Amino acid sequence: MTEVSRRHLLLASGAVLITRAAQARAPGEAASPSQRWGLLIDTAKCDSGCTACIDGCKAEMGLTGHDRPLTDAQYIRKLTVKDPMDGNTHFLPVMCQHCAKPACVDVCPTGASMKRADGIVLVDRHICIGCRYCMMACPYKARSFTHEEQSGQKPHLPRGKGTVEGCTLCVHRIDAGGQPACVEACATKGKGAMLFGDLKDPGSTIARRVAAEATTRIRADLGLGPAVRYQGI
Amino acid sequence: MIKTVYSEVKPYTRGWLALVGGLTAVILAALFAVHTMEHQGHWVTGMTNQVVWGMPHVFAVFLIVAASGALNVASMGSVFGREAYQPLARLSGLVAMALLAGGLAVLVLDLGRPDRLVVAMTHFNFKSIFAWNVILYSGFFAVIGIYMWTMMDWTARRFYKPAALAAFLWRLILTTGTGCIFGFLAAREAYGAAMMAPLFIAHSFAIGLAMFVLVLLVAYKMTRRPLSDELLGRLLRLLGLFVAANLYFMAALHLTQLYFAGRSGVEAFILWEGGTVTSLFWLGQVGLGGIMPLIIAFGGCGHAPRKRLTMASILVVAGGLAQIHVLIIGGQAWPLDLFPGMEVSSSFADGRIHAYTPTLLETLLGLGGVAISLLITVIGVTALRILPTDLAPSTPDRME
Repeated sequence: MTEVSRRHLLLASGAVLITRAAQARAPGEAASPSQRWGLLIDTAKCDSGCTACIDGCKAEMGLTGHDRPLTDAQYIRKLTVKDPMDGNTHFLPVMCQHCAKPACVDVCPTGASMKRADGIVLVDRHICIGCRYCMMACPYKARSFTHEEQSGQKPHLPRGKGTVEGCTLCVHRIDAGGQPACVEACATKGKGAMLFGDLKDPGSTIARRVAAEATTRIRADLGLGPAVRYQGI
Repeated sequence: MIKTVYSEVKPYTRGWLALVGGLTAVILAALFAVHTMEHQGHWVTGMTNQVVWGMPHVFAVFLIVAASGALNVASMGSVFGREAYQPLARLSGLVAMALLAGGLAVLVLDLGRPDRLVVAMTHFNFKSIFAWNVILYSGFFAVIGIYMWTMMDWTARRFYKPAALAAFLWRLILTTGTGCIFGFLAAREAYGAAMMAPLFIAHSFAIGLAMFVLVLLVAYKMTRRPLSDELLGRLLRLLGLFVAANLYFMAALHLTQLYFAGRSGVEAFILWEGGTVTSLFWLGQVGLGGIMPLIIAFGGCGHAPRKRLTMASILVVAGGLAQIHVLIIGGQAWPLDLFPGMEVSSSFADGRIHAYTPTLLETLLGLGGVAISLLITVIGVTALRILPTDLAPSTPDRME
């Protein structure tokens, strides 16, 4: 595990300071369409060897796995993107992009794949039948199928064998006024490449940066409106 | 006018018992496979987070597509007025329902949660083509059920024509829906084309007729009922026509794909560099399932029509399975392109061709679907007057 240095601590505290804290929702209060939770990822700060976001996600979500890379779930993964022309290489984390028009929600026969009013895309494990059509439809390969019994599950993320799962943007943390575990881990153990916030709140850091700086979205051409934006690619 | 006499197949003969016993054994083996898959989880199959649909889906889609095609013989008689096919209409309807039931059984039993079938029947997302297909598949049974009733009960004869037309239109919509399951996947480069719908319809004509013909030939051989060479020759020419249509739409699809610069990678994979997928495409789909049946049907082959029709039908079924394998497995083996023009790699198998090796379990499940279809057909022809006693006009069984 990476040692938490003073620099990291400062970075983390800075991230917490400049990111307007999400307002915790009262129990039973519905998610609001006036919010649009999203991420801004600066690939210039994403190092090749760093797996802080992945480790943070695994710990938070209880993704222990069975040492079977082809069938174990991965909510977030690190991509190496190389330009074949000049060999320039970038690294970036990819997770569910929490699209405005999610293909997984469109194709799901039962409505188990759903989008909350605040834009977070989730799977209702109670009505997921395990058909995997959402996995066929997702352009980001963001979902995993629970191929076997799972141990070490967390109370906030029950994982049912035979259903589909994926990044929830740490909805349990957001609803409690926090931020996703990957963002927190990146701030404390990485270089603070990830920024979380409300894209619809003009006063939020993420909204101000998205307004001022050029950002891109993966496969923006598909018109799905991802809530995860990238810089440096 | 010739009146067709229908009669039930005599049960409990040695051949009948062997057939039913064999099919039951395959179904039991498939149920064992399902039990293992559901108990252990899908990790015991060859399916992964990369190739999420595998051998069960190849068989399921084959059977479902063949189901709608098997109804064509009935439609040829009742909608298009070809009298030669009218005596076969009842068997056509039965085989269509049986194939659909087998295909759906495989699809349901492969679900991660097959126990939640009732959820799929009660929760509908009407934007999902999958949900529409649940309705189309259920409706198919109802529509053909009514169509069969109008054929078998003279008091309902006045509904015969409208029921036949409804069944024909329903089957066209159903196959369109099945094609759209793939056609609507914009991000998968091998799919995401409107051409999928007509291709599926043409393919259903071919494999549906081939499955129907094989059932017909085996049923008539086992029950020693006569079949005229004239009818068999007619069915062979019809099969050839459908095979040609399938080849045409397949060529149109691949030419379109090749023309789009961004899809040249996936096309190169399927047509040249895909190993098993490429072999299945050229040898199975095009060779065995396309060119060979065309030569047998129209190439002046000297064998008897029965032999030619049997061989052509077997080849079309084999080629059909290859075609759906290339579509489903080949389409998923090609990686999703998150960054077009860039080389991508990750711990989640991004940017590389995904391997798929089916296990015996999932293959058994698929074969179980075929066995379910055939068992339903056997029970149907045993319990109901489905099969004409004679399909050779010169024999005295047929009454003026």
